Amino acid sequence: MKTAWLQNFLKYAALGLGVVVASAAGAADITGAGATFPYPIYSKWAEAYKAKTGNGMNYQSIGSGGGIKQIIAKTVDFGATDAPLEFAQLEKEGLIQFPMVIGGVVPVFNIEGIKPGGLNMTGALLADIYLGKVSKWNAPEIVALNKGVKLPNQDITVVARSDGSGTTFIFTNYLSKVSAEWKDKAGNNTSVKWPTGVAGKGNEGVAAYVQRLPGSIGYVEYAYALQNKMSYVHLQNRDGNYVDPDDRTFRAAAANAQWDKAPGFYQILTDQPGKESWPITGATFILMHKKQEKPANAAVALKFFEWAYESGDKIALELDYIPMPDSVVKLVKAEWKKIQDASGKPIAY
Amino acid sequence: MSSNAITADNKIYHRRRMVNATMLFISGLTMAFGLFWLAWILIVLLQKGFGALELSLFTQMTPPPGSQGGLLNAIVGSLMMAVMATLIGTPIGILAGTYLAEFGRRGWLAPATRFINDILLSAPSIVIGLFVYSVYVAQVKHFAGWGGAFALALIVIPVVVRTTDDMLKLVPDSLREAAAALGAPAWKMIVFVSYRAARAGIITGILLAVARISGETAPLLFTALNNQFWSLNMNSAMANLPVVIFQFAMSPYPDWHNLAWGGAILITLSVLFLNILARSLFRRENS
Amino acid sequence: MQGRGRDALSRFVENLMSSVTAAAAPLDAPASSTSKQKPPAAGTLAWMDPFFRNLTRFFAFFVFSILAAILVTLLFHSQAAMSKYGIGFLFDPEWDPVKEEFGALVPIYGTLVSSAIAMIIGIPVSFGIALFLTELSPNWLKRPLGTAIEMLAAIPSIIYGMWGLFIFAPLFAEHVQPVLISTFGPLPIFGPLFKGPGMGIGMLTAGIILAIMVIPFITAVMRDVFELVPALLKESAYGLGATTWEVVWKVVLPYAKVGVVGGVMLGLGRALGETMAVTFVIGNSHRLSASLMAPGNSIASSLANEFTEAVGELHSSALIELGLILFVITTIVLAFSKLLLLQLARREGGQT
Repeated sequence: MKTAWLQNFLKYAALGLGVVVASAAGAADITGAGATFPYPIYSKWAEAYKAKTGNGMNYQSIGSGGGIKQIIAKTVDFGATDAPLEFAQLEKEGLIQFPMVIGGVVPVFNIEGIKPGGLNMTGALLADIYLGKVSKWNAPEIVALNKGVKLPNQDITVVARSDGSGTTFIFTNYLSKVSAEWKDKAGNNTSVKWPTGVAGKGNEGVAAYVQRLPGSIGYVEYAYALQNKMSYVHLQNRDGNYVDPDDRTFRAAAANAQWDKAPGFYQILTDQPGKESWPITGATFILMHKKQEKPANAAVALKFFEWAYESGDKIALELDYIPMPDSVVKLVKAEWKKIQDASGKPIAY
Repeated sequence: MSSNAITADNKIYHRRRMVNATMLFISGLTMAFGLFWLAWILIVLLQKGFGALELSLFTQMTPPPGSQGGLLNAIVGSLMMAVMATLIGTPIGILAGTYLAEFGRRGWLAPATRFINDILLSAPSIVIGLFVYSVYVAQVKHFAGWGGAFALALIVIPVVVRTTDDMLKLVPDSLREAAAALGAPAWKMIVFVSYRAARAGIITGILLAVARISGETAPLLFTALNNQFWSLNMNSAMANLPVVIFQFAMSPYPDWHNLAWGGAILITLSVLFLNILARSLFRRENS
Repeated sequence: MQGRGRDALSRFVENLMSSVTAAAAPLDAPASSTSKQKPPAAGTLAWMDPFFRNLTRFFAFFVFSILAAILVTLLFHSQAAMSKYGIGFLFDPEWDPVKEEFGALVPIYGTLVSSAIAMIIGIPVSFGIALFLTELSPNWLKRPLGTAIEMLAAIPSIIYGMWGLFIFAPLFAEHVQPVLISTFGPLPIFGPLFKGPGMGIGMLTAGIILAIMVIPFITAVMRDVFELVPALLKESAYGLGATTWEVVWKVVLPYAKVGVVGGVMLGLGRALGETMAVTFVIGNSHRLSASLMAPGNSIASSLANEFTEAVGELHSSALIELGLILFVITTIVLAFSKLLLLQLARREGGQT
């Protein structure tokens, strides 16, 4: 009978189904989603952690807005955001928030012949470019700051973010501080109405566009500029000094943070005083629910974060992320006691 | 052999011939135009993707930026979701198509379903993704390979319904009547005569449906999401080729771009292969 | 089909006969024509027929209701946005997630304009290809060329997106756009369409790539309808001395006009809903701009970019309302296309 093909088909389908069903009791992967700002370091940590313990941490870099949304919807085990939630909102959603690493947001540009750090800029000028008021690279405002640099007669293509982004939050926070017009027209948020330009998805998208479009300018977390050898800006800080982005200048800005005084660890580190401070520094945060419906997952997550705090420093510094100081880690662990299972017991990790 | 009449109309005649020649030439140009894009895309795909086609593509997982890796978890995830979507969608499609062809000669359901099916066939797949997100992902509160499989099944169904309907309609009624004359009940007639007769066409339809879902990205964006690691768990986020390609292609990292091209060439080759297979199967069985 | 059918039938008959003799055997009579033979399986499995019929009817109804289910679900989830913004949503160019002011004008505009560009380029090209394949091409070339054009439809859209972003856009920006801007920019009426820096990505690029993607669909339908034209009509025209072009333009096209429009609508339906290729190259900018060189947004690309990250019920609801608008537009276009093609088929007495 020519039903042999049918028999074979059914056999393989059943086998496939069996594999699927058997694996439904799958691996202990925890899922997190959110900010693209820390994605380079989170993914490196996850790789190292998996090699060490066999537990996977599946992080989807979909933007801080997405991280917040998904953790509120409980579709992931933890959310990640660079735009810290205010304490009132944390309480409303039953979340706790703690900082994981500190990094810097760096304006990057693509002009032929100008090296990294070869372009001077002030915050006010940056705001004007993003407002669309300055639209050519050889505009007088830019030339005035960069005597001796050959600036082309080229349109500036502004690259911004199309998704809800904590990086945008940090960047627009800075722009709002240095430009009243920016504060009025666009404001400070994870997603704003960009007056001009194209928009990329994630830090990756912005970096990709700036790499591809000659005469473009964008803003990315420093690891992205580093990994892709992009040209960053020599930015003037609050004290009037022009600084380059690196772990030294990020640390200088972060030294001003007062973690113990902030409920929910809410701290914004832009435009900080200090000779060496990088003006657009920010911390990135983890969000977890206080009442855990999946205590096993929460335990794995906390174990991962503890490992990251204790053993992840070297990897972080390679990418110029600043690990949290020990004093802050102590405060964070105290906060972790608030993460409890259904019976009210703090999760053991 | 020119008569006066023709000589008198020579100008008009020549103009008509000129117009004809020009238009036919332009038509040839459009043909070349179409072929040009096809050739360009395929050549670029081969150039960029070929370099990425090494063994590690099939043996390693998707890496974090800056590390070496492959696409194994994405390939397996896509395969699993495609198999599930086919297993779910094919019986529904075949049975519905059977109704349309065999039982739907009277009544309103068959023409209406045919109409709606053809609309579904070309419906934007991102809307299907939204639909499955709303009714499944938002309800179970996590991303899941099952969501991806359901969304893909919704794309498989119209294709299979359409081809089953068309193929069954091609089976001559004389066969059906002969079976009925021998006392066969309707279901036996359909299963043992119609299906057998249209078997090649129905399988072609299934192959075409699989080819179609192999390249679909939009419905997976909100349902299966993605997964950095190896996972066979359909109940959580699942790696899949199209979303991985999307993520990697839009990134700034060259090794990710390389993997994206590798994935792209894999998908395109599978789709083209399935299409050719479907065609040759159909032709062979029906020659 | 005949050979296969006959095989199936003879096997079926064998099957039937053996079950007949099996049923008759216990009667312990010689298998002669005079002994009464029971009809095969008369009482048992009598439920199979109505069961099977209802089973298939159930699934047909299931397919029938999918469309309605999608519509209802999308309507339900756009409630929040619809009640807040009302009909003005369609005309509002603001898309401000901070102030929670959402308007669909920019994505709708982007969808319509990119599809329009796709149609302007795609329809003449498809017509030319269909003409070539039906009238000009030698028989031995028809199949390979036809298959080649259909391969354009088989290439997944994400490939088009990647190729568009990595290969086409830079070349477009460097070689073609400056020419377009300098040639058409200064013109009086069409000038504003071609202003601004050419970034390679943008509305025009999206339209061109969409055109390439819809060509195979429109071509396939045009080919089918051209071939439906009765040879008698064409030969009468040829007999009167018409040139090939005249036959096509004045006999074939008017005859197949309804089908051609149906095919065009099918292509349009596809272009409106296309997501990945457009998302890669349209530039994701929520600003209205007259220039085709500028970036924009389409409904599908807005959804692809923003949906997983929309925080706040209004943002998600606004996006779902966008999805609903897209679904309604494409459903109407595709329904229209289907009606036209059915009308042609009815006239033919054939099948579409």
